[in-house]
Amino acid sequence: MLQISGLRFAYGAGAPVLDVPSFAVERGERVFLFGPSGSGKTTLLGILAGILKADAGEVRVLDRDLAAMSGAERDRFRGAHVGYIFQLFNLIPYLSVMENITLPCRLTAERRARLNGVGMPYAAAKVAQQLGIGNLLHESVANLSVGQQQRVAAARSLIGTPELVIADEPTSSLDYDHREQFIELLFESCKAAGSTLIFVSHDRSLMPLFDRCVSLPEINRVGR
Amino acid sequence: MLLLSLAWQSLKNRRLTTSLTVFSIALSVALLLGVELVRVGARDSFANTISQTDLIVGARGGSLQLLLYSVFRIGSASNNISYSTYETFRKHPAVEWTIPYSLGDSHRGFRVVGTNEDFYARYRYRRDRRIEVVAGKAPTGIFEIALGSEVARSLGYKLGDAVVITHGVSEHRGILDHDDKPFRVAAILGRTATPVDRSLYVTLYGMEAMHLDWGAGAPPMPGEETPAAKLKIEDLKVHEISAFLLRSKSRIDTLRLQREINTFAGEPLTAILPGVALTELWRTLSYAEDALAVVSFFVLAVGLLGMLVSIYTSLNERRREMAILRAIGAGPQKIVFLLVAESAILSVAGAGLGAAMIYSFCAVAQPVVEDKFGLYLPIQAPTPLAWTYLGVVVGAGILIGFVPAIRAYRNALADGLGVRL
Ligand SMILES: Nc1ncnc2c1ncn2[C@@H]1O[C@H](COP(=O)(O)OP(=O)(O)OP(=O)(O)O)[C@@H](O)[C@H]1O
Ligand SMILES: [Mg+2]
Repeated sequence: MLQISGLRFAYGAGAPVLDVPSFAVERGERVFLFGPSGSGKTTLLGILAGILKADAGEVRVLDRDLAAMSGAERDRFRGAHVGYIFQLFNLIPYLSVMENITLPCRLTAERRARLNGVGMPYAAAKVAQQLGIGNLLHESVANLSVGQQQRVAAARSLIGTPELVIADEPTSSLDYDHREQFIELLFESCKAAGSTLIFVSHDRSLMPLFDRCVSLPEINRVGR
Repeated sequence: MLLLSLAWQSLKNRRLTTSLTVFSIALSVALLLGVELVRVGARDSFANTISQTDLIVGARGGSLQLLLYSVFRIGSASNNISYSTYETFRKHPAVEWTIPYSLGDSHRGFRVVGTNEDFYARYRYRRDRRIEVVAGKAPTGIFEIALGSEVARSLGYKLGDAVVITHGVSEHRGILDHDDKPFRVAAILGRTATPVDRSLYVTLYGMEAMHLDWGAGAPPMPGEETPAAKLKIEDLKVHEISAFLLRSKSRIDTLRLQREINTFAGEPLTAILPGVALTELWRTLSYAEDALAVVSFFVLAVGLLGMLVSIYTSLNERRREMAILRAIGAGPQKIVFLLVAESAILSVAGAGLGAAMIYSFCAVAQPVVEDKFGLYLPIQAPTPLAWTYLGVVVGAGILIGFVPAIRAYRNALADGLGVRL
């Protein structure tokens, strides 16, 4: 599903942030990625999503080398195969819940094709139902609680069943009860979609829920 | 398509700044189009101060002078033409009609024009409008006079009032008043918003009667005048006129007639084409419209800068929005497109609203402006220049949109997904 070898990355001409000799994730795996602040977790996710381009090495996702693709190809690849959840402020404020969830399908034709002919509103309603926000579809996003917003973000990352779901500290603004509940819903939805999940968090108490836990400093030679 | 709808919804979300921006662009567009409209209207009104007249004929002299005294009642003729010459052309087979003008006298600063019934029947302005008599009857008697609407309004004269005509042109009642032969107001003419309104009209006989017994520009000795009551039209003979307007039977004849008149053997004459002469005169006056256009371009620049500022300042708060779009697969070019689409929407909306504003203003103000200023604002499809203005506004709006868009492009490449708020 995902193989990295010899990855190096630095922002512009700055100090190197990542130097990862090798790292791999299996299809359908749920990986917990952790490490101290500033260790390069968000940067690594950006590379896996194809927003940042590796300076050297190979980044194979779904058997395609992101490091060798052009910017536009990586954008199209991301739109079609990757779902992304931020820590906070995931939603476009002037769109409704429904519009936010269907955004990836409206932007990328390939993602739309993955709905298998099901209409966008129906697909959105289905994934929203799974995440327990089926009743909020026509709300304005400004009226949602933070927990509800994170679920809308999860629904958006999962619509069109992308192979890879990436979540960057999606629970850090939720309280303990909501955290567990959110992760369980996320797991179920990923399982239903057959998606691989890479989940970044500072909260080590969540570790037991995951298939595998990876400490970034252990795979990254920078900062060692 | 998605990006256009996003641009639209984002603008809708920022309703207040969006409408202020659109409004400020609209105001400058309205101003720009308004200037253009007034320019066209003024030029057309000017060129149509007199219509359907093919030639204006006077004694040999400058064509501008002839145009000024015959059409605008400014200045005066240095020489007259004999009535027999006029008769020659009046009866010329290529001539459809003529209107004689006999000038030189005035009443309280307004010119007095001696003419005949053809003036009331044939004279046209603004393409096909004719002189209307709104009160009384066009003068036929020797001492009957018709008042242009502005003369009647500013002097407050009514039908039947006595009018004493001054010899020569003077603001005040002069020493040389024709007070032995007062005229009676027989008619008041309708408003034309042309120089016609600023004159008084008598018959050619009236003009002749006033100057009866005068010798070499001096009045007769007191007691030697022929009493007005004794004068009859049959006894009067018109000797000369100042100029005449002429319509030829076909436009092809016009140039031939002009040549014939200019080389007339009987006496030296000048014939001018009023359309050409008016256009030439207008060109010498047109620097004012250029100045107006320059001012409105500055106003437009301010409006577009306002748009730049409003999009540019909103960029920082929208950095997160851009990161979200990036995360779902939008490339940096799409971010550029989104922002350029926003400024395009703003400038198209501004241009459209501005055009709507000026045209509806025109529809409302047209009669008032025509009445007050004699300026006919044509409600017509935008002129090529107006289209150019609209194109420039939209084009400049789109170009300006690239400034924030390129900044957002750089941000999108540099930020990755780690935008911190
Ligand atoms: N857009 C950027 N431009 C330049 N340097 C950056 C940028 N984003 C991050 N960095 C730098 O790269 C390093 C890694 O940052 P990154 O955001 O990946 O850390 P992180 O592990 O996600 O931290 P946190 O846990 O606080 O989110 C940091 O030193 C940071 O200052
Ligand atoms: Mg981070």
